[in-house]
Amino acid sequence: MMSHILAVEVDDPTMVDEEEIEGSPFWDWEFAFEAFPQMFMAFLEVTILVTVVGTLIAAVLGLVIAILIMVLPKPLAWIVRWAANFIRMTPIVVQLIFMFWAFLWLDALTIGIIVFGVHYATYMSEVYRAGIESVPKGQWEATTALSMPAARTWRKVVIPQALRSTIPSLGNYAISMFKDTPFLLVIGVAEMVTVAGQIGAPTFRYTEVYTIAGLLFLAASYPTAVLVNRLEKRLAYAH
Amino acid sequence: MEFFEDWPGYLDVAINWSDRLLEGLWTTIQLTIFGGLLAFVVAVVLGLIAGSPRAWLRVPARIIIELFRGVSLVVLLFWLMFVLPQIWMRADGLPFEGLVYNTFLLGVMALGINYGAYGAEAVRASMTTVPKGQWEATTALSMSWPHKMRRVIFPQAWALMLPSLTNLWVHLLKGSAIAYIMPFVSDFTAELNQLRRPTDIWFSHAFIGLVVYFILALIITLFMQALEARAKNKLGRGPSLLEILSPAPKPVTAGGAR
Repeated sequence: MMSHILAVEVDDPTMVDEEEIEGSPFWDWEFAFEAFPQMFMAFLEVTILVTVVGTLIAAVLGLVIAILIMVLPKPLAWIVRWAANFIRMTPIVVQLIFMFWAFLWLDALTIGIIVFGVHYATYMSEVYRAGIESVPKGQWEATTALSMPAARTWRKVVIPQALRSTIPSLGNYAISMFKDTPFLLVIGVAEMVTVAGQIGAPTFRYTEVYTIAGLLFLAASYPTAVLVNRLEKRLAYAH
Repeated sequence: MEFFEDWPGYLDVAINWSDRLLEGLWTTIQLTIFGGLLAFVVAVVLGLIAGSPRAWLRVPARIIIELFRGVSLVVLLFWLMFVLPQIWMRADGLPFEGLVYNTFLLGVMALGINYGAYGAEAVRASMTTVPKGQWEATTALSMSWPHKMRRVIFPQAWALMLPSLTNLWVHLLKGSAIAYIMPFVSDFTAELNQLRRPTDIWFSHAFIGLVVYFILALIITLFMQALEARAKNKLGRGPSLLEILSPAPKPVTAGGAR
């Protein structure tokens, strides 16, 4: 019934009128300026929204998963660990389709945010695990010596120290999630690349729209990556 | 949970469609293997150049790496699919005309250069982690560049870069699922999506897909871990593959154990 939503329409590049193409310029500035505002709106409204909310979900859920694996009794921890492995090692594209059909009453954007958040939470849980393991053993022993309750140990001693070293990796995963957002087109969310395709389709002018899309991704991800890198160096130096 | 009520019917359909599913699976495997090989070549070439001390070699390589990493895989795929052929449409008689219309090859290219650029970073970083004394020793022995790379530096860097390459190859497998939106490429995800229509059972098709991708990812991980064990063994750190796989492991002796 709702199958039309998932029928992704991608033009067939071989089915074009070549005559028409040959007459048109390879790059049309006017068309580029027309397309840019619409694409930029989609970029702000969907791509950035998914990245920011998805990262927040992933950052919190990832910590929960990491702690659960450490504090739960063995068989339960094993189940959580393999569930996380399962989510991490399967494609986001298929996960999006799966969730879309499993929760038809939710709208596609919400599904997308949840899937991205949960998928990246499984990555971030590994980062947190490494961070928690890097907290010196003496710190744990000290909390035992002070007979601190477990919850307080985690909240006041372990997590603040563990988090510090994890921030750069979390930043890298946020960038990586940002670059994965075009996968949302498989469930019909109008994010930037989908909008770019819609703008290009009527006239089969894709040069401008896809180049702009690529440049926007580059313009947003490269400076962030440089910042994260710098942060990483500074944190490593301070230790 | 319709799936659990209707599963016998679902299995019937899946078995009737198994030929197409297997074909799709084969396409996915081919995308992963050819994409992975291309990515490896791109990673080693760009990684070696980006690690060069000469700026005129290093800077262009860095720009290419950042470009291929920074634009998203999907954008790269669409760019290759829609923009690249336009160059051939405008100029008649350019060579390789068949290749730019072959969507399967374009998919392999997009996967290869995107993940190859990520891999280049891993290759470059692992080169810098090889101890400085090793580099100095090759200079002292006046080894030629290919000779020292092949015999001294690369084998050590290889063991260091393998874990990152494993991750990237699993990423590439996962990324290959996006190929299903391309015309003429019916990968596993595409065939599963076709399967949804006759079955009309919500989400079971995607669940089977998840399980199959998970198994493929596990196979890749195991294969790469075997490569890593072999690489470490060749460097004299750790047991050989045969020792690991032998049913009766040798008793661990004190001192020799890791």
